[in-house]
Order: sequence, then C-alpha cells, then structure tokens
Amino acid sequence: MRNVVIIFRRELASYFATPLALVFIVIFLVLAGALAFQLGGFYDRSQADLAPFFNFHPWLYLFLIPALSMRLWAEERKSGSIELLMTLPVTPWQAVLGKFLAAWCVAAIALALTFPIWITVNYLGDPDNGAILAAYVGSLLMAGGFLAIGSCLSAATRNQVIAFILTAVVCFAFLLAGFPLVQSLVAGWAPQTLIDAVASLSFLTHFSAISKGVIDLRDLVFFASLIAAWLAATVIVLDMKKAD
Amino acid sequence: MLEISHLTRRFGVLTAVDDISFSVAPGEVLGFLGPNGAGKSTTMKMITGFLAPTSGTARVCGHDVETGGLAARRSIGYLPEGAPGYAEMTVRGFLEFIADIRGLTDGTRRARLDDVVARLGLEGVLHQVIETLSKGFRRRVGLAQAILHDPPVLILDEPTDGLDPNQKHEVRRLIRDVSKNKIIVISTHILEEVDAVCTRAIIIAGGRLLADDTPQGLEARSRWHGAVTLALEEPVALEVVCARLLGLPEVASAEATGPRSVTAFAREGTAALPAVGALAAREGWKLHELRPETGRLDEVFRSITTGRTPGAGDA
Repeated sequence: MRNVVIIFRRELASYFATPLALVFIVIFLVLAGALAFQLGGFYDRSQADLAPFFNFHPWLYLFLIPALSMRLWAEERKSGSIELLMTLPVTPWQAVLGKFLAAWCVAAIALALTFPIWITVNYLGDPDNGAILAAYVGSLLMAGGFLAIGSCLSAATRNQVIAFILTAVVCFAFLLAGFPLVQSLVAGWAPQTLIDAVASLSFLTHFSAISKGVIDLRDLVFFASLIAAWLAATVIVLDMKKAD
Repeated sequence: MLEISHLTRRFGVLTAVDDISFSVAPGEVLGFLGPNGAGKSTTMKMITGFLAPTSGTARVCGHDVETGGLAARRSIGYLPEGAPGYAEMTVRGFLEFIADIRGLTDGTRRARLDDVVARLGLEGVLHQVIETLSKGFRRRVGLAQAILHDPPVLILDEPTDGLDPNQKHEVRRLIRDVSKNKIIVISTHILEEVDAVCTRAIIIAGGRLLADDTPQGLEARSRWHGAVTLALEEPVALEVVCARLLGLPEVASAEATGPRSVTAFAREGTAALPAVGALAAREGWKLHELRPETGRLDEVFRSITTGRTPGAGDA
C-alpha cells in the first residue's frame, strides 16, 4: 500500500508538472459548462436539477479521458523509464494501481471544480441534493471506468496517439453497448444471453440510472468490477510485453 | 552472490542470449564485453527481472529473479541502458522518489541522498528538471539512483556511454570506490574500461559466452603478450634480423613492424626479452630502443568475437 501511495504521488505531481492536468481541467470545465447552458438548456428547462449538466458527461469523457490516460504507460515505454520502474521493488499491481489512481484524481479534481453549478442550482431553486451527489458519484465512477480502459490500452503500445484512439473507440463501444449501433453488431449471430450480456455492459444505462439519483448496488458493483477487470488486464499486458 | 545458470532468451527465431552461465562473488567487478547486439543488455534485463528468461535461472543473493523477484530487486541497483528517468521531474524530486520506493527511512534517507548527491556532483542541478540536463548529468543521475540504497549488487549498463573523458574518469573512480564487498557487473564496449575498473571480464558475442577471465589473462591471449620490439639505429636488412630472431627458441615469429623496427612475438609461456637482448648484443645491432610489448585487449576482443584465433590477422 505504501508503494501505491508513493507511485500515486509521483504520478500526480507529474500530471501537474506538465500542462496536461491543467489543460484537461480547464477544457473539461469550459465544455461542461458550455454544454449544460447552451445545448442542455439549463435555464430554459426551469427545473432545479443538474440533468442537462450530467447528461453530457459521458460524451465529454469519451474524448477527454483518453487524453488523460494515454500517457500512463505509453510514455513510460517510449522514454524507457518503464525499465526503471519495473526493476524497482514494486509489484506490477502497485504500479498499475498507483498510476490509475493519480489519473483518476485529476479527473476527480476537474469534476469537483464544477461545484459552482451546484451552488447556482441551489441558489435558483430547491434541487434534490441527494440526487445530485449521486450523479457526481456516478460520473466519477464512469470516469474511473474510462480511465481503467485507457490504462490497459496505453500499456499495450508505446505510441500515445494510438493509445488515445484505441481508448476512445473502446470507450465508445462501452458507452453504447445497449444501443442499436453496438447491438446490431452482435444481434445477427450471437445467442440472446450474449446480446443481453453485451447490453448490460452499457455505461450509459448504468450511468443514467445513478444520475437520476438512484444508487443501486448493482450499478456500483458494475463500475467497480469493470475498473478492477481492466486494471487486471493492464497488469497482464504489462507482464506479457514489459520490454517490447 | 550472483549466479547465472543456463540463461537463454529467444525473441521469435532470434536467440539473443544462448545458454550463458557464470557467477560473481562479492568484491568482484565483472566487465561484460561484447559487440553491439551481443546480448549484454538482454542478459542484464534478465538479471534485474525486467525480462523473463526463456529458460535458465538467475539468482541474486539467493533469490531467484522470477520466483523471488521482489527480494532480488531489492538487493539490486540498476542503471538501464541510456539511463532513463522521468523527464519532467527535478533531480531532487526524482532521487527522493527512488529513496521512498527503496524504503529508505528518515534516519538514513537524508544521509544517503546527501552522499550520492556529493559523490556524483549533483549539487548544482538538484532543482533542475531532468529533461533539461546534459547527457553526462543524466547518466550521473541514473548512477545516483542505482547506488542510492547502497545495494549489494550493482548492474550498470554502459555507465560511461556518452560521458566526456573527465566524467568517465570520475565514474570509474566511483565504481572503484563503491566496489568493496559488492557485486558489480558493468557492460561496456570500451576496452580501456576493463583495465581501469574490472577484476574480471566476460566476452559474449552472438548471445554466447566466449571468454571468462581476468583482464590480465585475456591480455595474455594476445600474440603481443611477451613480444619485444627492436628499433634499429641504422638501416639494416630487416629480413636478416627477422631470420636471426627466428633462430631463438623463445621466438615464435618475427616481422617488420616499421621501416626500422622488428617485433619478435614470444612463444607461449616464454619471455622473449632476455634472449632477444642477448642476441642483439651478440650481433652488434645498434639499437635505438628495445621495447617489451603488453598484450592488446582490443586485438584479443576482436579475434574472440569474430571467431579468429589471436594473431591470425592484423594486430
């Protein structure tokens, strides 16, 4: 655990030593605000909730999170520092977890800095703050899921651009797993149980459930196990092709 | 103790390291010699646990690098090829990170950090970002990182590559300084380095171990070992001198190595100098110089790694 904390600290400092974290946070805040007010019709709806704000999070994450996760391992490979890191007395799990948590922390900071919109909605009306808190938790979990996918795909390549594109594509598939675009890919040949299984992986379905304020244990378990599975995949990928 | 046993690594059809076995005892500084692509770095990557061997084992202080990887890695300080680091970190931040992950606690942490910073002359760049350092400083930061926890085993992949002569000298002195009771393995293709720091040298090429000897032992394999060069004052028919020299039982061959100089190569296990000196006096040759030669490591290296016997070709 100690090593996880040490790696987490180093990685987080590294995000802020380069403009990456700052750029990510600023762009996230600007876009989240613009989308909620312009496209989401935050004022026009005359409802005291943050649905127009949270509804855009999956799509924002879709192209912002890969930018955050692409460097996690691809950069270590490129610079050769992976050889240093993996020959230090740390286990692959500690390294994977520490790095993932640092990236997640940057996402969490960005999310936390959207608090003015929460204050605004409380100023304007009388929202269900429990539901808003639940939506924040859901959004954070979804960001974690995207990042875990990104971590694994970043470990598979030394090229950050490839890591970015792969992550965006895989995240897109996970987002829309329950929707016709992805369903039609499996519907033709797969048995019904597999179709249902794929549909149940949909980020959008799980996120919209949470963002309505319904914290269902199943949705939490879904995101937690998804993160765990992709981090385990990261460890396996690293073990398999550490030195490539 | 570092024990390498039948270590083999294949990449597809290429066998990068082919059945290499050796062991190193504390106090030894082992030079790992070989042409580029010989398998030096691959072997080091396997010893440090970065690369899994296809077959064979490596044991570091009794820990198998595969089954007891964590314990093995704790006792190793490793400078990977090219001395990679975290480009965006300051030197201080980087070394503190390494100190933390090596588990150095408050008491020793400060002392160890101060020690390596002083040893490697990093005081002036402590607050500089690694990215902005010169190649020489980056290498020194890599070395500082490797010796920070005072490990019993040091694996240094080309520690002096890219350094200027003064820095090379400093790094060699550092290696000698820390070598007491430690196991040190350095890879290099700079042969003078072997003479300067190593107590033992291994030559590998094409993934195979070709020679394992002391630097002196390797030099003795050179045909120049025990040879004598005569530089003559006045023009003499060099063929005659050669023929006379060949008459000596100690001399294996003799040839003209300059317009007025002849070198007599000694037969193995004999010293040519006294006999050649006596012969010159008997013959009344006017000598400008009578120079004993020492074995030439570069020649031995070349002949071993290209599969020719020493002395068969150019010197």
